[in-house]
Amino acid sequence: MDIITSSIIMLGGIALASGVVLYFVSKKFYVKEDAKISEVEKLLPGVNCGACGKAGCHDFAKACSKANAEGFKQLYCTVGGNKVMQKVAEALGYRQEEKEETVAVLRCQGTCQNAPSKFEYTGLKSCRLVAQISTSQSECPYGCVRLGDCVSVCKFGALKIDKELGIPVVDENKCVSCGACVEICPKKLFEIRPKGKDGKRVYVACRNQQKGAIARKNCSAACIGCMKCTKINPEIKVENNLSYIPTSVDAETYGQELADNCPTGAIVYTGRKEKKHGA
Amino acid sequence: MLKLSTAPHLNTPTTTRGIMLDVIIALMPALIVGLLVFGMGALQVVITSVAGCVLFEYIICRYFLKSNPTTGDLSAIVTGLLLAFNLPSGFPISLTLIGCFVAIVIAKMAFGGIGKNIFNPALVGRVFLFISFPVQMTTWPKPQAFNFMNTDMETGATTLGILKHLKTDETAQMPELPSYLNMFIGNIGGCIGEVSALAILLGFVYMLYRRIISWHIPVYYVATFMLLSSIHWLLTGEIRHEPLIHLLSGGLMLGAVFMATDYTTSPMSKNGRIAYAIGCGILTYVIRFYGIYPEGVSFAILIMNAFVPLIDSTFIPRVFGTRRK
Amino acid sequence: MELKTFPMGGIHLDKHKITSDKPIKEAGLPEIVYIPIKQHIGAPSKIKVQKGDKVKVGTLLADADGIVSADVHSSVSGEVIKIEDIVDADAYLSTMVVIKVEGDVFEPTIDQGPEIKKEITLSAEEIVKKIRESGIVGMGGAGYPTPIKATIPEGKRVNTLIVNGIECEAFLTADDRLMVERAEEIVIGAKILNKALGIQNAIIAIDENKPRAIEIMKKITRKYVGVNVRVCESKYPQGAEKQLIKAITGREVPSGKLPIDVHCIVQNVGTVHAIYEAVQKNKPLFERIITVTGDNAAENPQNFRARIGTPASFLIKQVTTHPENIGKVIFGGGMMGVSAVNMDAPVTKLTSGILLLNDEDATKPPETACIRCARCADSCPMGLRPFAIATAIRNHDNKELKQLHIMDCIECGTCSFICPARIPLLDYCKLGKMEIRKQKK
Repeated sequence: MDIITSSIIMLGGIALASGVVLYFVSKKFYVKEDAKISEVEKLLPGVNCGACGKAGCHDFAKACSKANAEGFKQLYCTVGGNKVMQKVAEALGYRQEEKEETVAVLRCQGTCQNAPSKFEYTGLKSCRLVAQISTSQSECPYGCVRLGDCVSVCKFGALKIDKELGIPVVDENKCVSCGACVEICPKKLFEIRPKGKDGKRVYVACRNQQKGAIARKNCSAACIGCMKCTKINPEIKVENNLSYIPTSVDAETYGQELADNCPTGAIVYTGRKEKKHGA
Repeated sequence: MLKLSTAPHLNTPTTTRGIMLDVIIALMPALIVGLLVFGMGALQVVITSVAGCVLFEYIICRYFLKSNPTTGDLSAIVTGLLLAFNLPSGFPISLTLIGCFVAIVIAKMAFGGIGKNIFNPALVGRVFLFISFPVQMTTWPKPQAFNFMNTDMETGATTLGILKHLKTDETAQMPELPSYLNMFIGNIGGCIGEVSALAILLGFVYMLYRRIISWHIPVYYVATFMLLSSIHWLLTGEIRHEPLIHLLSGGLMLGAVFMATDYTTSPMSKNGRIAYAIGCGILTYVIRFYGIYPEGVSFAILIMNAFVPLIDSTFIPRVFGTRRK
Repeated sequence: MELKTFPMGGIHLDKHKITSDKPIKEAGLPEIVYIPIKQHIGAPSKIKVQKGDKVKVGTLLADADGIVSADVHSSVSGEVIKIEDIVDADAYLSTMVVIKVEGDVFEPTIDQGPEIKKEITLSAEEIVKKIRESGIVGMGGAGYPTPIKATIPEGKRVNTLIVNGIECEAFLTADDRLMVERAEEIVIGAKILNKALGIQNAIIAIDENKPRAIEIMKKITRKYVGVNVRVCESKYPQGAEKQLIKAITGREVPSGKLPIDVHCIVQNVGTVHAIYEAVQKNKPLFERIITVTGDNAAENPQNFRARIGTPASFLIKQVTTHPENIGKVIFGGGMMGVSAVNMDAPVTKLTSGILLLNDEDATKPPETACIRCARCADSCPMGLRPFAIATAIRNHDNKELKQLHIMDCIECGTCSFICPARIPLLDYCKLGKMEIRKQKK
């Protein structure tokens, strides 16, 4: 009995003393922070991806609450998208203009089938390392290295290497266009493009700048710079044997025609009727 | 098709498996002496322990982690041998298996397998057994003077146990201690692997020759302990503080050479290793001379294991072309 | 005799110097040579010839574009059949001048005589100009244009020239053979460089595993004041610039600084020999010694004197009759060489060797768990902690990464070599460097 009582008193005393100390310490070192920041931060996705250009979600919230109406327009959380930005704007009393939803697209179709491997790589699986000592898995010097640095850097699980194709595939429902893959790809194969109406978009899935014949030899789905697409829409430009479709070209109007007329299938139209593989 | 890879294109022939094999070879002299001194009882413990450790690691990898078993790297055999070396001869099979379970499943695999454990698995197994089954763990069969077939065991206290007893019971008669020669070659009571200083030294020399370990940890460990105990002995003059007895009997040599030098649970810089070894020496001295246990090596090493991350982040080697901070 | 070495890390490597007894052999002329116009660090050179031009050995093909660039000369006589982007050893495209070989006619200015010209008649400025006109770059593998290293920048002081004859890389014996066969020319080359730098002190550093080279060099340097031989312990990477300076002079190049900051200049023996030929014989750099070797994939390993632009396959054919056994072709040695994907790629001014591995040796063993043995840290010649770098990369821990001095890594490959768990630690270090560079931007 005696032991129990004394133990209770002793432990209780220690707890009380610690509590008092903690209370004063927390009072003394309390950092006063703008209530708005925590309010905004609560609305954000909280993945700290850095796609907005800030160090993390807290930093972004700080920037939002400090910004004036004009500065606020420059801030955009790609992960949360319009929905989140709308809420943030409401909380701060600003108006947020709607931005078009975007997604990452892979501008390469150098699959195991289209562009067979020319060597066997053994060692640490990293595209950036291989790009230092060679070009890609295939003969194409511009194509995908197929080792998945982009997959490892994607925080949203939107990328995975397709086992059969060998190249990464973007899951457009998961992709928040944070741009991490754009940055890490040693071949600069990713591009952030508008998602398009009903997910319909058209782009050239190739970055090869070699002359047509060589490009074609290296990869059966290469852009050969044949200029056919430029005749369908003059906004499309071919430079260094490589066509580029600007985002201003309306996918719904021209997409089907562009994809049908591309002799190698380098032009990918996601809304295409006759189903074909495309990233 | 040509192969492609980053430099370097050559590798040292030494592999993890090769290192473990070398450690096993280095443990052989101590194992042979243990078997000669303690006979069949020792053999039974060693076989149970090694088989148990390998089996537990295999089961965990195969059925729980669903990965390729890592038993091929032989580290489980090393753990099994070291655990057996820390048990008395004739230790019950069931309890040995419990020790294996604790060593492999709790101390090693639960932390993520080889290279990720914080505490030396064999020592965790031993200390668990030591605390849970103190009677069986301190039933020391007497050495049988290399009479291998004798299965009728007498039991008695270890040398360190006798010394400890002197402290607690002031009126006790001074019993006869084994000779230094017997202590050196291993004809004394104790755990299976710790009795022969000679055999452990042979293993130490082999590991140095094969560059498995550097000399720093064992030498600094033993030197620190000897220094402190010598001072203590000179001040008190009591036989129970005689440093040479402390060195030659008990687990100091085994611990310093084989347990404290475990790669995974020791620091990764030279200065860090020295600090760690000195810490082990001090703790062993404190536990043996002031604690209630006669033996302090296991606890000392385990406590220092916990400090390894701290030591690693404190003792950072100097980078070429920079000044030490 | 006292052996010089560096104090930190290093490993004793089985060096596979199987060709050290093989005299240098003329590789002969291929039918077509491919001469890349960029074989150095810096800007690509400006092409001076056109398709259809007739060239001789030593004719200028491309002119240095700026200071950090180098001239490129024809290595054969014949006709330029095309100038275009051709797949190089690493499969990237590189602009090359393709020449169809016709005969072997030298430019008349080149002194082809066998006698050794000992007297140095040119002034310091003329020497540097000659080096520049001869297109000489660092032949140890760095490819830094030599004229820059032969002139002392404003405000700097140099008192020691170290001629690097260590060749600590596995398999390669090109420098070894050059020292054995052309010792006197190298010593004269060192004297020439001394004159250009305005100093009186040159040290030829040789690895103890080259007894013949040491013996010959010691004999010859007795005749030349100011040139001395120092024998270094056979340890890898003894030939790395910073480690060599530390071993010879005891000075430590501070992190992020250059050898010139500790008053040293290091030149490879191949470069020094090329300087001799340029200055005394008026011969531009159009050929070099190349060791073509391999344990199991090369039956008849050789040291070749080959023209720049010779396709590697032309040399490989001369050492093996079973090219199907080749699993990996490495430009350079076993530790730092670069694995190539294109066997027809030409050899350049920087190709010190071609190493052939069979299929089995070419496969990298699988990576297993780190056992914290600390061998990587113990053997790192720069005192880095590769295991910590690998962990930081795996955990994307950029804060930790910044404190690990990754930019000091010399990429010698010791850590990957020594790791018993076969972790590609050097690869992690390279990734770490990329990460740091990205953040600096």
